[in-house]
Parts: sequence; C-alpha cells; structure tokens
Amino acid sequence: MSMLELDKVSKVFKSGTFGGSLKPALRQVSFGIDRGEVVSLIGESGSGKSTLGKIVLHLTPASAGKVSFEGQDVTEKKGRELHEYYRHVQGVFQDPFSSYNPLYKADRVFEMVRQEYFGGLQRDAWEAKVETVLETVTLNPADVLNKFPHQLSGGQQQRLLVARALLLDVKLLIADEIISMLDASTRVDVLNMLVSLKRKGLGILFITHDLSLGNYISDKTVILRHGAVVEMGETPKVFGNPQHRYTKSLLTAVPQLHKKWAPFDWSANGSAAPASNGALRPASGAAAPVAEEARETRRYSRSSLSPLHAAKGAKSTPSVGAGAAVAEEAAPGPRPSLMEMEGGRWHRRARRRVTLAEVLAESAPPPLVECEPGHLVAVEE
Amino acid sequence: MSLSVRNLRIAYRTLRGDVQAVDDVTFSVADGEIMGLAGESGCGKSTLGNSLIYLEGRMRHLGGTVELDGKVLPISDDRAMNRHRMRDVSIIPQYAMSALNPTKKIGVLARDLLKSRGTKLAKVLPEFRRRVALVGLPDSVLEMYPFELSGGMRQRATMVISTLLNPSLLIADEVTSALDVSNQRAVGELLTEFRDRGYVKSMIVITHDLSILAQIADTIMVMYAGKLAEKADAGTIIDRPLHPYTQALLSSLPEVGVRYEEEELTGIPGRPPSLLDPPAGCRFRDRCPFAFDKCAEEPPFVELLPGHQVACWKAAQDVAGSAEREHEEAAR
Amino acid sequence: MSDVDQAATSSAPVAPGAPLTGVRAPGAAPVGGAPLGRKAYSGGRRWEFLYFAVRNKKLVLGLGVEIIFVLAAIIGPYFAPYPPKQFVAPAFLHPSAKHLFGTSYFGQDVFSLLLYSLRNSYLVGFLGAAFAGVIGLGIGFIAGWRGGWLDEILQTFTYIVVMIPSLVLLIVIGAYLKSHSAFFEGVFIGVTTWPWVARAVRAQTFTLRQRDFVDLARLSGKRGPAIVLKDIAPNMASYILLAFILLFGSSMLIAVNYDFLGLGPTSGISLGDMLNLAELWSGLQLHLWWWFIPPGAAMTIMVAALLVANVGLDEVFNPKLRET
Repeated sequence: MSMLELDKVSKVFKSGTFGGSLKPALRQVSFGIDRGEVVSLIGESGSGKSTLGKIVLHLTPASAGKVSFEGQDVTEKKGRELHEYYRHVQGVFQDPFSSYNPLYKADRVFEMVRQEYFGGLQRDAWEAKVETVLETVTLNPADVLNKFPHQLSGGQQQRLLVARALLLDVKLLIADEIISMLDASTRVDVLNMLVSLKRKGLGILFITHDLSLGNYISDKTVILRHGAVVEMGETPKVFGNPQHRYTKSLLTAVPQLHKKWAPFDWSANGSAAPASNGALRPASGAAAPVAEEARETRRYSRSSLSPLHAAKGAKSTPSVGAGAAVAEEAAPGPRPSLMEMEGGRWHRRARRRVTLAEVLAESAPPPLVECEPGHLVAVEE
Repeated sequence: MSLSVRNLRIAYRTLRGDVQAVDDVTFSVADGEIMGLAGESGCGKSTLGNSLIYLEGRMRHLGGTVELDGKVLPISDDRAMNRHRMRDVSIIPQYAMSALNPTKKIGVLARDLLKSRGTKLAKVLPEFRRRVALVGLPDSVLEMYPFELSGGMRQRATMVISTLLNPSLLIADEVTSALDVSNQRAVGELLTEFRDRGYVKSMIVITHDLSILAQIADTIMVMYAGKLAEKADAGTIIDRPLHPYTQALLSSLPEVGVRYEEEELTGIPGRPPSLLDPPAGCRFRDRCPFAFDKCAEEPPFVELLPGHQVACWKAAQDVAGSAEREHEEAAR
Repeated sequence: MSDVDQAATSSAPVAPGAPLTGVRAPGAAPVGGAPLGRKAYSGGRRWEFLYFAVRNKKLVLGLGVEIIFVLAAIIGPYFAPYPPKQFVAPAFLHPSAKHLFGTSYFGQDVFSLLLYSLRNSYLVGFLGAAFAGVIGLGIGFIAGWRGGWLDEILQTFTYIVVMIPSLVLLIVIGAYLKSHSAFFEGVFIGVTTWPWVARAVRAQTFTLRQRDFVDLARLSGKRGPAIVLKDIAPNMASYILLAFILLFGSSMLIAVNYDFLGLGPTSGISLGDMLNLAELWSGLQLHLWWWFIPPGAAMTIMVAALLVANVGLDEVFNPKLRET
C-alpha cells in the first residue's frame, strides 16, 4: 500500500446550466505514490492531469473512485480532518505569480499557514522555522521576506511557494507544472531542489507536459491521455522502451537539441498520416480533423442529438504534420451502444438523458497489461 | 539580403526612466533564412521583433536603421509603416490565441484586416482556403469564432491570416510556447513549410526554447539584457557555442534521456541586470564563471570565426589562442 | 512569457511624491532587478491609488460638489432662515435677499425647504445604497463562492426580485400602511434594487474563486468566509466602491420619483415632495419657477456629481483608462 493510493478515480464535468452535457475528464485512473518517490504525470492539455492534482488536493471532488492517503479515504474529508490532511499534503501550481494575492506581500502565504497551524508558536520560534525552510529551498530571507510578489523573480516566487509547503509536516507535494513558466536558466534549480526534497523522503506528484523534465526527475511515470492512463511504470522503462503508440509519438515530437524530429511511423496503426517527410497535404473532405479537436475529451451530450452530428458519421481523415496525426487516433474499439465517436468526440445516440453511471461505464478505459515487470501499458484498440 | 538591421536602439518609457530594451543591435537575415532569436524573458527579444513592425506607444526608436529588400523601413513612423505591414513585414503575435477578437468570425477577422491593408478578401479567398486546408484546418473555420477553436487551431489560423499577402519577413513571437509537444511539432514544421513554399521569404522565430530552434532554425541569435550575445548557424550554436551565456543556457536544459541520477544539471545563478541602469562592460559579467578584468570593458559583437559572431572577451581570447596554436603547429 | 514591456509597467507605479513609507522598506527594494513579475502590479497599490485620485479632475470636482451638498444637508437645517413647512411669508414672493429662493404657493420659504429636504434625500440614498449593497454583496458572495444548487436557488430568487414591479408593490404597501418614514423608503429602495449588485458580485466571485491564490488559501486551511473576506472581496474593492456610489445616486433618484408620485414618506419633506407639491398646486402654470427648479436642479447636481466622481474613480482604478 502506497502512501497515496488512487483507485479508479474518475471525473465527469457537467457543462451547461442544468448539466446539459457530461464530459469525462478522468477515466478510472489508478496508481500510487510512495514516500521519497517522484511520480511524473505526463499528458497534454486536456488530458485531465491538472484535474487529477486538484482531486488529490481536495480542491475539486472526484465523480467516482477513491483517493486514500496513508490508508484513509480522502474524498470524504472535511472540516477538521481536511485541515489535518493539508498538514501532510500540499500543492504548488503552474503560475507562481497568480498564486499570490496581488494585494498582499508575498510572505502572507507563510502567515496564513502560521495562523492556521502554528497559532501557538512563539514569534521567534516561528521565524526560525521560516528561515530553515527558506534555507532548504536556497532562498535568502532578506531577498524574499517583506516584499510584494512582483518584486520577486518567477523562480523565487515558485521556491517561496515550495517553502510554504515545507513549513507544514508535508509528506506529499503536488507540483502542477511548476516550472513551465520559469526561464530555462532557473528551471533546473527548481528541479534539483525537488530532487533534494525527495531524497529527504518527500513524495512528489510531478505534473507536466514536458517529457524531458519528467524523465529527468521522476522514478515512476504515468502517461495520461483523454483522461485515461495509457502507459505507466518505472521511468527508465517507460522512456527507454515505450510500448504505447501514443507514448512513442509524444517522444518523437519532443524537440531535442542534438537530434532533428524523427519521422514517426504512423502507418503502424493504419492511420495514414503523411508525416514522415514533413510534407503537407491539403486536407481531404470538409471535416478535416485537427489535433486538438481530437484531443478534446469525449463529450456526452445530455440533450438530444442534433441532426448535424448524426449526419456526420464518417471517420475523419488526418491531414497535417506529425502533431496533428498524434492526436488523431482511432476511437476505442467496440462501439458503445449509447455513444458514437465522431471527429474525436463522443456523441450520444440515444435520445434520452444519460446518467453519470452510464457515462462512467461507457468511458471505461482500455485495460492495462504488464509488458515487463514494473511497466504497464494500455491495450491498443 | 532580405533584412538588414543596423545599430538599432529601442527604449521603453517608464515612470522611472527609459529602459533600453534593444541596445545597438546589428544583424541581417538572408532570403529564405529562418533566424531563431533566443533569450530569457526580459532580454529584449520580443521588443526587437515588435519594433520591426509596430512600435507601441511606450516604445521609442532611439537610432539605427532597418532595411528590408533594399528599402528602408520607417519603423518610427506608424502611418508610413502601415503600407508595409502584412505586405512586407508581418507578425504572429505572442498571444495570438488571446489576440483574436472573440466577437468576430475568423473569416470576418481576415476580411477586416485585409481591408485595412487595402485588399479585398475576395481576391485572395481561394488562396486563403487552400492554405487553411494546408495547415489542416477545416474550411468551416472561416465561419467559426475564435473560442470555438483550440489553442493550436487558433495559432494556425493566425499563421495563415498573417501570411496571406506573402510578406517578405515574418516575425513569429513565441508561437510554440503555449502548445503541447505534438502541436509544437506541427506548428514548427508548418513554419518551415511556409518558408519552403515561398509564402514568406524569411522569418525571425522568437522563443526562449532553444530546442525548438534546433529543429527549425537555420541560424540562431542569442540576446542577453538588450544586447546581442552570439549569432551563428543553428548547428554551431547548439554544438559549439562560444559565448558563456549560450553555453550555460544549453547546459541547463534537460534533454530526454537525461536523469538526475546520472547527470545533475545546473542553472545559471543570479538574475539579468536591470535595463534601467545597465552596468558598464559585459552585461553577463556578474553571472559568468569566466569573467576576468577585461570584462569591465564592453565586448564588441564581432565575427570570431567565419559566420560566427560573438560578444565576449573570453571567447575572443580562446579563438585567437587556438588560431595561434594552429599557426605554430603549422609552422613547426 | 513577458518581456521588457512587462518589466517596464510593473516598475511604473511609484510616482514621485507618493507616500512610500510602509510600502517598501527603505533600501530593501532593489526593484531594478530586471524582469519582474509577469503581470504588472505596483508595489504600493493603495498609495498609487491616492496619487492618481487627487490628480483626477473629475473625481475631485465630483466629490467636491457632493461634499458641499452633504455639508449643506447635515448642518444646513441649523442655519435655515425659517422653519420648513411653516407659512412664514406671503405667497408667490420672487427670490430676494430675504427669501433666497422666494416663497411657495403657501408662503413657505423655498430655501429653507430645500435645506431640510436635502437631508431626507441623502438619508434615503444612503439607506438604499447600504441595504442594496449589503444584500447584494451577501447574496453575490454566497452564490458565487458556493456555486451548485445554492447558486441556482439564489439566482432564481434574484430574477424573481428583478421582476417584481416595485412601484406597484410600493402602492400596495402604501395602501396598508397609514404612514411611513424616510427610513422605510430607503429600506424599500434597497430591498428592491440589490439584484444587479448581486449578479455582478456573483460573476466576479466566480472568476476570482478560480484563481490560484484562492486555492492556496484553501490549502492553507482557510475556510470559505475567511477566504471571501480576505482574498476575494479586497480584489473587487474598487468595484464595490463604484457600485456603492452608483447605488447611492440611483436610490436618491428613485426616491424622488416615488415622492413626486406621492408615494414618499408621509412625514418630513424631501426634494421629491417639493416637486410633487409644486406640481399639485400648479407651480408650473403659475410661473413659480423658483419653487420647482431649485429642488430639481439640486437633485440633478447631486446625482450628476456622483456620476462624475464615479467616472473619475473608474479612471483611477483602471490603469487603462488612466493613461489617456
């Protein structure tokens, strides 16, 4: 049993005033994080990776599934229990600047923690504590205390937020894209700081879309796509021997310094994208698909299906460069009875309201199989 | 020679004084060249890019000339520049995704933009549609509102619109930064494709991401604190950089396959100097591990090796030293 | 990512002469430290606000005029030459040194009437704004913060209130109540005008609630009410102030309308009452312009000054407007 255990966590977003449509953002995601372990959660925008982070942080509720921390169910926590939970589980977000209320000085983030968790502590004891954590994140107190957020650099802001988390007896840190907004020259420092924290026994969920960063820092890697795990396992195995087509395509798209974008064999899955030579071809047909269109998670319309959608049943043809083809992937195999896949989206067939349970059942991800010890991959359809 | 910039100086007005964001910059871009412009945030790279097409109210042209295809661009004259925008110089702005007016359909946006440039959309419509299809967008985007498109789609739509009149120079400002890897690749490949097809003659791709430039750029120019640090062809910059800043920048990038257990990377300590009151001498001096007394003097941006310009005393010394050694060896 | 332009704006704020103490410890801020935050926020936001506020002509003019009227309303009655409502002189007197604004049909001193009326108008304006503000803020915050079913219920309630024809309601209430005071009128106006405040506050709360710093406050163990008060409300302080000013002006106007229609307080006098009486007793036909122009003009100036001040405040708070 890991310290943090996710068991078939699903999230379905309602949209529209009266929950007009249901959109599964996470589909039965299960994995665990141990003490002193960095797990990187890799996915592109819309893959649901940030939603997962928010669910673990209890900032947004899961629609189904269980999150347990040290054996206790997290999803039901509230009031005092939640207060205690935050003593051990903390998060840092993507945009350091917006994590600070612009009206207050930056160290208010410390002050809030003091008010809530260390109310009884003497002033000097508290200040000593603050100094210790600042040292851990290699910040000079004189540089960062008593300043407004905009007076700090992005790297300082981000490290200050990590320091804030460390004030508490934190065991698990959710780091959501924490370095994507930093300059290249400071990114590595923040990464290295995470490594040193991990060595002290902190568990870290490192959420990113950058494979090279994920690879650099993590022990385990989870690749998320359309809200479902497509591949996971020990990082060297996932990166050294990627099994799923999506993982492979992601890896070939990563821009590298010393290697040009390698052609990727799209034909492996019958999807005939002419990406390899980089040549572009005019899209065929009116419904030329685009990467993002497909990337959008499936949406189940609750209202009746529009005739327009019903008419466009045909599967779309991929057109452009590699990227477009990456996301333009075939729909999962057996057609579910209620929904229909079109242009990367699900549309309802039935003319009645779809319940949450039905959406969950029908959006169930393909099963994971173990291709080698410590390396799971989703069955490709 | 497509673009030739000489001694360009651009300042920003602020309440606390002028910020020299582009300080005495000289470079040129050849026909058919994709030049990457790299640097950290605040180094002036966006200002440089923007100044070639549109000087904001707070920006001031302090000196220097910009020549495009042999003609001088009146960059400080907003009205005179209007004739050149989109026809000769065009830009894909940094926040193209949010720059699109949300209440106008893509087709209407293009029409209005072309109208302001004195061209009818109808004239270029067939070509417009062809290019829309080329970048993999459905024909129907012309009838769609920006919010109906995802980030990558919007980025492509702006790409098509801004290059409709086949400008001589295209400035692509951080066009890939907000995208996922697969879209980065798609957009990057489209940029080279546009050049190959002759939609644009030459291009300046501004980004903080050197690895993207390694993929698509022919030459790379690195800026630091408003000054040029180094310029050479892409392979040279990536494999044999001479400027310590470029070297540090490159070594702080984790590549796929690098893990902390095997190789602990290091960042660059410190922060770039304030441009309100920039220090004399080399601006990278405070962060540079090789700084020596000569660095108190400002290093000139000179060609140390064929096609390789650097502004660094240390690099100049090294190059001279190795040339001398070679000379000696040859003599022996 | 940002470039120098952002750095430039973020370093813009501290204008010369603006009080700096307490905002930045002396010597502690090498703010020149190149690229600052992504977005531009000034170090001393509050001071910056004051700096621009005293230099904004519209704000100074609007507030100045308003302050004169408020002072007149507060201390005016003590200096009123004659008791209000009493028949102190012959009727129909033209304005003169003795009777500044002449006398009414009944021989009342119009100037004294005006001074007493101002007080009631301001009282109603303040009460209306206060009640509408408190209710609107409360409902807006709760709906925006909690969301979900509570939000839907409160929204529905808000729409219902919007659709109640307040004039008719007031007539009906008036039929049942023998007498009502200016206090009642103010409360009534407040209770019927809060919905637009609630809707705007709800929308803003909704947006602010999704900001990272709110999540961070939650992660720090803060509870909902504390977050709303400390993190969300201050970020819309400028909006709240503007809304209050608008409510103040509109409450006074609404009150004048009610009073003019004879639905106003049954005791005391107000600007609307004066207009009402002037109209009832054919002030217009009798060319007693000094009877109805002063209250009308006073009302217009009071509300217009508030609106001008409001525009000025808008410019002060919104840097985009400020630059031009």
